[in-house]
Amino acid sequence: MKVSYYPGCSLDGTAREYGESVEMVCRELGVELEELEDWSCCGSSSAHVSNDMLAVSLAARNLEIAASAGMDLVVPCAACYQRLKVAEKELAAGKKVEGVSKKFQGGFKIKHIADFFWENVGEQLISSKAKKSLSTLSPVCYYGCLTARPPRITDARNPENPQSMDNVLQSLGANVKKWSYKTDCCGGSLILTRPDIAWKLVQKIMDMATEAGADCIAVSCPMCMTNLDSTQKEISRNTGKEYHIPILYVTELMGISFEILSVKKWLRRHTVDPQPLLSRAGLI
Amino acid sequence: MVIAQLPQPVKPDSKFRKEVEELSGEKISACFQCEKCTNGCPVTFAMDIVPHRLIRSVHMGLKDEVLSSDTIWVCASCETCTTRCPNGIDIAHIMDTLRQIAQREGRKTSQNNVPVFHSAFLSSIRRHGRVAEMEMALAYYLKAEGPAGLIKQAGKGLEMFLKGKIKPIPSRVGGLGQVKSLFKKAEKRG
Repeated sequence: MKVSYYPGCSLDGTAREYGESVEMVCRELGVELEELEDWSCCGSSSAHVSNDMLAVSLAARNLEIAASAGMDLVVPCAACYQRLKVAEKELAAGKKVEGVSKKFQGGFKIKHIADFFWENVGEQLISSKAKKSLSTLSPVCYYGCLTARPPRITDARNPENPQSMDNVLQSLGANVKKWSYKTDCCGGSLILTRPDIAWKLVQKIMDMATEAGADCIAVSCPMCMTNLDSTQKEISRNTGKEYHIPILYVTELMGISFEILSVKKWLRRHTVDPQPLLSRAGLI
Repeated sequence: MVIAQLPQPVKPDSKFRKEVEELSGEKISACFQCEKCTNGCPVTFAMDIVPHRLIRSVHMGLKDEVLSSDTIWVCASCETCTTRCPNGIDIAHIMDTLRQIAQREGRKTSQNNVPVFHSAFLSSIRRHGRVAEMEMALAYYLKAEGPAGLIKQAGKGLEMFLKGKIKPIPSRVGGLGQVKSLFKKAEKRG
């Protein structure tokens, strides 16, 4: 299977282990990722704050490239996914978008990577690659805001209770816990501008994960990862309550199950070291 | 949390509502104050005007209160309100429109770090076609908090560098000219 791939700006920087694990896991699954040629930033959370037209046209430039590649477009970042979907909907509604030619037809689907794994790659292929069962792990799956909301843009089937990561990890044997904070906000860029607000939101997510009986949190968004993983020391210090919950990209967990050799390299990039938990669970 | 003092009673003035409706394309007058937006909002604890009251304030024409509120800047754009509004009002989009008007009119805000961040982010896109995370973060902290703020973040920066999470040389888009022209055209259109 061959698809177009839009990595987004974080995947060779702050989310490097996400980029690395996406590539290795896809290779293992026989999915060929063809990076969009000369892709540019989707505008992310900043363009729409200052200019609607800029927000749509920055994202749309990439759709024009994807259209010429002619394959479905897989996106690992939640924010990129949503901004590309916004541009897709504007174009589908026949609106004129700067930088996109009149000939633009679309004709390809935009998929967030977790949905792509479950809906396109499928359970059979994923579970056939499992060399280790994740049964000794109890993750909760944290989807964040923008793969789900708003559903008229994201086409999420179940925006209040998404399932794709849960399904993928269950098919690898994980003891996935149910909880009601799957799509609660981590604060996004408030982590830089108003960290006090973001810490409160993150703390709530940690508390709820713990209450659900989880020993780690699976994510599929670079921003969610940064906010959940890198703030725990500060939150512990500020609140006097100890937080030390490993956060793992869904693709890292898949890589562990597939026994991909570079797993340890990814895990070393985390702030909360997931290796003690994984080694207690007999997985590394 | 500071609760904003709204003048009472208010003499409704539809001019501001019409301006916001026209710019956003959203129908503010469809709001019947069910408070679903406020009840689902994760950041009401940091807001001075909670979302349903903000919408009502726009409706009533309280332009100054709305545009100088903390609310429009502490909103996390999580879009829970938009998803749940029974009348299909894209409240998160209205927040964007209000931010745009506030920036255009040069309104002062106690939450100035938020627009400073977004402008650092957009400058990075403009310069490279992609966001160079480290450069963006440095520019933001320097502008928002001065050299002292930058020094405060040095430890975290070093930790990220050692973990290989900082790309030393930002990648640059070949079609940078196209990206720059998108900026120019959008700015001209306002």
